Formats: sequence, structure tokens, C-alpha cells
Amino acid sequence: MKTAAVDKNVRSRRSLSRNDRFTLGAFVGIPTMLQIVFLWAPTLITVVLSFTYWNGINVGDIKWAGLANYKNIFFDSPVFYDALKNNVVWLLWFTFIATPLGILLAYQFDRKIKGHQIYETIFYIPVVLSLAIIGIIWNFMLQPGGFVQGIMGRDIGNAISIWGNYDINSYVIMAIASWRHIGYIMLLYLAGLKAFDSSLREASAIDGATEWQTFRKIIFPTMRPVNVIILVITIIDSLRAFDLVYIIYGTSTAWPLLNILAFQNFAGQGISMKGAAYSVIALVLCVVPILVYLRNVFKEDLQ
Amino acid sequence: MSATIVQTKEYKNKQKVKDNFISAIIGFFAFVWIFPILWTLWTSLRPYNDIISYGVFSWPRHLNLDNYFQAFRVMGLTKYFLNTLYVMVPSVILILFLGSLIAFVVSRYSFRFNLTLLLFFTAGNMLPTIATYIPVFWLYIKIGDLFGNRSLLYNNYFGIILIHVAFQVGFATFVLSSYMKTVPKEISESAILDGCSVFRHYWNVMLPLLRPPLAALGVLMSCWIYNDFFWALILMSEDSKRPVTSALRQLQGQYVTDFNLLAAGASIVAAPTIILFLVLRKQFVSGLTLGATKG
Repeated sequence: MKTAAVDKNVRSRRSLSRNDRFTLGAFVGIPTMLQIVFLWAPTLITVVLSFTYWNGINVGDIKWAGLANYKNIFFDSPVFYDALKNNVVWLLWFTFIATPLGILLAYQFDRKIKGHQIYETIFYIPVVLSLAIIGIIWNFMLQPGGFVQGIMGRDIGNAISIWGNYDINSYVIMAIASWRHIGYIMLLYLAGLKAFDSSLREASAIDGATEWQTFRKIIFPTMRPVNVIILVITIIDSLRAFDLVYIIYGTSTAWPLLNILAFQNFAGQGISMKGAAYSVIALVLCVVPILVYLRNVFKEDLQ
Repeated sequence: MSATIVQTKEYKNKQKVKDNFISAIIGFFAFVWIFPILWTLWTSLRPYNDIISYGVFSWPRHLNLDNYFQAFRVMGLTKYFLNTLYVMVPSVILILFLGSLIAFVVSRYSFRFNLTLLLFFTAGNMLPTIATYIPVFWLYIKIGDLFGNRSLLYNNYFGIILIHVAFQVGFATFVLSSYMKTVPKEISESAILDGCSVFRHYWNVMLPLLRPPLAALGVLMSCWIYNDFFWALILMSEDSKRPVTSALRQLQGQYVTDFNLLAAGASIVAAPTIILFLVLRKQFVSGLTLGATKG
């Protein structure tokens, strides 16, 4: 059986004409080149640059720095630990609060509770909005004279600064990020649930299991492949977090994240390659989740 | 027998009450969810002076579309919408085309490097964007200088298109290849037996079969590229050439005091993706889920 298959492959490859081989080469070659030149090579070059000093203009000016940029980050940049803390807060919030809420919603909508169609649409709308718009909408809700301050009984005269207040801005940022994330997870999980055998659910209902028991003991375990993928997506998104905070604070480090520090260092001084080192740290943290994701998605092919 | 039926009935009734309760709670949160958008819309219909003199919660003295006309006129949104089209249309077409090429080769011809290729493309889509920024920026300027025109890629639509394509083609490849696995191999075998060239096999046999996932991906990609403001903000130096979302980001600073105008601007810019989603919801969902939770 196996030899037959191999034989067939060999034959099909030999039967390709020169023209066909050229076509196949171009089909694979063009997209691969593009991906290497504009994605993989730049990423690798950034890794190399993180060990240098450079102003980003002339290649001749690149000076070897060894571990100096990393040393500077780890020992002389307290803001790095603030950023790390914020990334961890983001990760924990998303993993333990936002993602489970998305799953919970998906589960309820899959049961076709009253109004589920309109609810689904509403929860998904923030996901299709650009972060540039989300920034405006929330700025607008929270600013002095805006709705939220109004509800709290503060008019323009005695408004509080939400973005500058360190006791509350973390919560506000997490809330806005979740506004988007929950709908996204809901949709992904809902698609996974559609493939779930509903007779199992009916059987457990007849056996007298409560909805919560059914979910915890039957549905959640059966959905394991989807759970893993959603968890990994959540982790990667948390480590790549950038846009929302950039929209709110620009390149200032009022609420630092690893990628914000990376971008701030590129866009700001540009003297050292400290920014490159920051983005390498973020990249390294992403590697394991990316590998886990790939292993799960291509499970069958890898065997 | 009848006892169990009664019991199930009772159970079902109880569940119904519970379900209505759950529905009401979720309904409340759905209202909270949509509220910021509704509030933005509401404010965009009111003149700025109304709010200044009577407060945010005041009953509206005037409701009209003035802010919308004003947004188009003062902000020059029409121009920015056109810029978006210049970036979005070629990007989406190229992403779908190049993605389908790789997916086609990987799923129809058995080469040794197939899986590597697929992993390479899928992983590429997950890399953090920021990590590519310095080299890409440098490369754009150098390639421009090489051809004697610094804004060949930098400060040019072409450069933004290229970077979108490079980043998103991995996702398209992944989605299309997992779809192609569900297309029977026999179709390809008979095409090859009939002496189809590789190109005809791709163009005349496979591509027509890929219409559903291509439509789904097209919708999703259009939305993503429309929404991206980051690359256009850093790779475009001229304000007048920016796509609408990054232009809006700039305008936010300019019109920060006139939030009614800004609210109208944001509503106008948000409308295309919301409408796209409401109309083509099926494509949206299948594009996303085919990509994320296959298998």
C-alpha cells in the first residue's frame, strides 16, 4: 500500500512537463519570496540588530553592542518591568475573565435562548470596528463632560482624569480590550459548538443534569481541541497587544506594554537598538504559544 | 411511564423560566455593549452648542445631520475613502491570489516540503508586527533610492499594499488549504489524466471550486485592511495620502474639542464595516472560523 502511494507520487512528479514545473515553481516562489523579504528576513534582522547600536540610517554605522541593550533593559529600565507586569495583567484578565465570558455567551447562544440572534450580532459589532474608531468612541464616553463622568455626577468642572489615573486606567483599558475580545471568542466558540452532537446534550438533560453540569462535564471536555486553540489565540493576542494602548497613549509610556516600548524606542531616540531588543523579548515570549498553536492545528499532518 | 413524562415536563418548565432569566441578563449586557455606539450616533445628531449650553443629558433642542455634512466637508472624508480603496482593493486581490497559489500546490501536489511551507506561512501570520518595523522601514527607503525615487515604496500606496499582502497571505493560505482538503482528490486526478497543464488545473478546475472560501476571506480581509491604521500611519508621510482610518486618527487630534463633529466622523468611518458585517455575516463567520478552529 505504502509503496504504491510513493510510486504514484514519483510518477506524478516525473510526468510534469518543463512548463508545468516552471509554473509550480512560480506558484510557490513568488509568495514565498514576498513572505521572506517583507516578513521573515526583517524579523531575523531585528533579532540581529538587537545586539547592536545603530541609528537606523547607514549600514556602515552599525556597531556591535553584545548584550548591552538587553543589560540596559533588564537592569537599568524599570519601565520594562512595568510593561511586563501590564502584559501579564492583560494575559491573566483575558485568560480568566474575557475568554471564559465569551465561551459562556457562545454556550447560551448555542442553546438558542430567546433573542440569541440579535445578541450575537450586538456582541460581535465591536470586533468589526477599527481601533481608531474604538479609541474615539471610548475617549468620547470617558472624557470630561462625557457620558460616564456625567453618570458619576461629575460635570466638566470637577471631572476626573481617567487616562491619567493609575488606580483606574488598567481596569478601563482591560474593559475596552474585552469589549472587542469577548465577541471574537464568542464567535469562534459558537462555530465549534455547531459541530457538537446535540443528542449528547439532550441525553444529559433527560438524565436530569443541570445545564451547568452538562456544560462542565460533557460539552467543555468534548470541545478540547477548540479550547486549546482559543486559549493559545488569547495568549498570543495578549503578548502582541499594542494597538489599543497606542491609540490611547501614543508613544508615551503612561501604560507601557512590551510592544509599546519597542515602538517608542524606534520612533523616539533611534540611537540605540533598544527597541529591537524589546521587540525580540516580545517575540521570544510568543514562540512557545505559536508552536503549540501550529502543533494543534496541523496535528494530523504532522503525524 | 406517565410519571416520567410529567417529570420531564416539570423540568422543562423550570428550565424555561431559567432560560428567560438568562436571556434577560444577557439582554442587559447586550444593551451595555451596544450603548457606546448608540451614544456616539446620538451625539453626532446634535449640534455642539446644544451640549455646551444645556449639558450632555439635556433633551435635544435640535436634531439634524449637519455634523455629517460638516464631517465630509471639513475633514475631507471623500478623499480618504478613495485612498482606502487604493490600498484595500489591490491588497485583497493579491492576498487571495497568492494565498490560493500556495494552497493549491500544497494540497494537490505531494512534495516533501509541503508541510514546511504551510507551517512557514501560517506562522508568519502570527509574528508580532512591531518586530519587522525597523528593517522594513529601512528597506523601503533603500529600494526607493536604488531606483532613484525615494517614495517608490515609502509614502506610497504600493508599499502599504506589499506589507499587508506579506502579513495576511499566510492566513489566506491556511484557510484555503484546509478548505481544499475537503475537495475530492478525484477531480484533480481526472484533470491531470486529461492532460491539463498545471496552470489550467489551477485556473479552470480548482479556482472555480474555491469561490465560497474566497468570498469569505475577501470579506474578512477587506474588513481587516480597512481597519488597519498602523502601517498607513508609519509608512505614509503625507497626510493627504492616508487611508480613512489612519486619517481619522490624525483628525482626532485636530478636532478634539468638537466631539459632535468627531462623533459624526467616527460614525461615517465605522458604517462600511458594520454594514458589511450585517449584510455578509455568513461570509464573515465562515472566513474566521475556517481559519481559527479547523479540526
